[in-house]
Amino acid sequence: MNYYARRLLTLLLTVLFVLLLTFAAFRIIPGNPALVILGTEATDAQIALLEEKLGTDRPLAEQFADWLVAAFRLDFGESLRFSEPVTHLIAGRLPVTVSLAVMSLVLTIAVGIPLGIIASRARGKAADMLVTIGTQLGLAVPSFWMGIMLILAFGLTLKWFAVSTFTPWSENPWLAVKSLVLPSAALAVPQIAIVVRYLRTSMLEQLGLDYVRTARSKGLRESTVLYKHVLKNALLPVITIIGINFGELLAGSLVIEQVFTLPGIGSLLITAIGNRDYPLVQGLVVLIAFTVIAINFVVDLSYRWLDPKIRLQ
Amino acid sequence: MREAAAIATEASLLDIRNLQIRLRRTRGAGLSVLDGVSLTVERGETIGIVGESGCGKSVLSLSILGLLPSAMRIGGGEIWYEGRHPLHTMTDRDIRAFRGKEIAMIFQDPMSSLNHGLTIGYQITETLRLHLGYSRKEARERAVWLLRKVGLPRPESLLREYPHQLSGGMRQRVMIAIAVSCNPGLLIADEPTTALDVTIQAQILDLMRQIREEDGTSILLISHDFGVIADMCDRVLVMYAGQIVESGTVDDLFERPLHPYTAGLLRSIPTPAKKNSPLYSIEGHVPALHERGAGCRFASRCAHATERCRTEQPELVAYRGGHAARCFLAEAEGGNRHAAV
Ligand code: SF4
Repeated sequence: MNYYARRLLTLLLTVLFVLLLTFAAFRIIPGNPALVILGTEATDAQIALLEEKLGTDRPLAEQFADWLVAAFRLDFGESLRFSEPVTHLIAGRLPVTVSLAVMSLVLTIAVGIPLGIIASRARGKAADMLVTIGTQLGLAVPSFWMGIMLILAFGLTLKWFAVSTFTPWSENPWLAVKSLVLPSAALAVPQIAIVVRYLRTSMLEQLGLDYVRTARSKGLRESTVLYKHVLKNALLPVITIIGINFGELLAGSLVIEQVFTLPGIGSLLITAIGNRDYPLVQGLVVLIAFTVIAINFVVDLSYRWLDPKIRLQ
Repeated sequence: MREAAAIATEASLLDIRNLQIRLRRTRGAGLSVLDGVSLTVERGETIGIVGESGCGKSVLSLSILGLLPSAMRIGGGEIWYEGRHPLHTMTDRDIRAFRGKEIAMIFQDPMSSLNHGLTIGYQITETLRLHLGYSRKEARERAVWLLRKVGLPRPESLLREYPHQLSGGMRQRVMIAIAVSCNPGLLIADEPTTALDVTIQAQILDLMRQIREEDGTSILLISHDFGVIADMCDRVLVMYAGQIVESGTVDDLFERPLHPYTAGLLRSIPTPAKKNSPLYSIEGHVPALHERGAGCRFASRCAHATERCRTEQPELVAYRGGHAARCFLAEAEGGNRHAAV
């Protein structure tokens, strides 16, 4: 339990640090935010009014303290552009991005792990070569381009999926899934490539170890040796890499949302930046940072569950 | 052909006849890993195979259960179990029924030989459920019994633990518990004590003796350490560069080693009397596959090598009492030496 307490403490400190950084980033940038927002032709009265609204006329420490307390209550103030609570705006967009991320994660695991196993079993044979070439391509092609190609092929030519329309889950879950298939595929392709490569290497490494010979000498079927003995050990580095790449997945989804015009966090962030909507940008940055931290935490825990050696240290 | 070691009767538990192990891709015919190895193991008997690393003893042990590395294959000869099961011709599917059930193996390093990601309990019950069709509960009970049998404390909680939580000696006890779980007829132990320190070594050997007495299990013990072999075995085979160079009872070999290699191995056993002198070791190394010449494979390291030794290959010749050796020197002297006894 000691470990979990320690881990939780670091998590908390990291979150605090992120909050500080986010806050500081927008205060340290030269120029008065009110002035930046209103433009050079604003009157002093207008500026003063906005400064008061933003709270930027008060001492920095006080601003930070207030903001921090509010942030822990999940209150990031009101958006300047939409005149709505930031939390509200984010909550409205979150389901799209979360479903996108989850779907591409599911795709990554569902496609990447079987392919990795196939590649390692067919080592040096045609199937292995094919998978290796495939992963090279998957890594080389940028996902936004992949997205455009998918739209061209499956959306416009084959017309299997509707393009540029998003159906909310509440309206029709089936159509919602359908509208997310192409973007999550575009996001998942490089991740799949990475998983396949890691798993292939890791499986081959494990297969050379002594315990595999022991397992065979016990009379186990090759499939039992592979799935019961080898796979669990081989998955360790793969899980780490999936976790580490989750941040990348989020970053990628910001771009992919633009390509597929999905109303998610990504498009909200870009609108917010375009409009210099500081409270909204801050809220979004904190949210994204926190998600990445939380995912890392979960990966860490699952890693310990998988590897008893670490669990008991 | 004078195959001395084979006192083959149909009922031998294990009967290996003239086994050849070849590399899959050999240029030319010379590259056999094992060359005409024959041996029998009778019920209840403990046979030792001794030799330096690289002499082919591990390859021999792996070939019995069809566990050769993919680069090697059986190129000739036969391996019979109980006189009626031809292990050498079996498909992987058929031979699986023998692995872990009729013939079980123990390996050198008990840490790397156990799966560090699975519990001790799982690794023991696995074979019980597979070969004996035990239910989860039956297998668990039997596992507790087995752990107790091999002298491990608090077996119930041990079942939930992982290999790295145990000491090396305890891990090897677990390996032995797994190996004897289905009451195999033959236990193949490949350097079972090499990775352990001396006191633990003795304990593990004691445990193997106990298993042999309780269950009547035959043991094929492989070691580079003549001391361990002498301690445990009835008969010994000395291997060098893929061949058997001498075989006989432990007493025969100790008192009258016929092959210079055996004599060298005996001289290198550490004993209390020799404690202060530097440990003797045979100079040079076991020739690699491509370094083997036409003559005696030991010629490059043998103090008695003659011109004939370098050009002609000696055969394994039987002398009195089933004592056999592959050496021209022994051929010239062996009969006399025996006659003198
Ligand atoms: S045959 Fe010759 S070289 Fe070989 S062991 Fe005997 S004496 Fe030595």
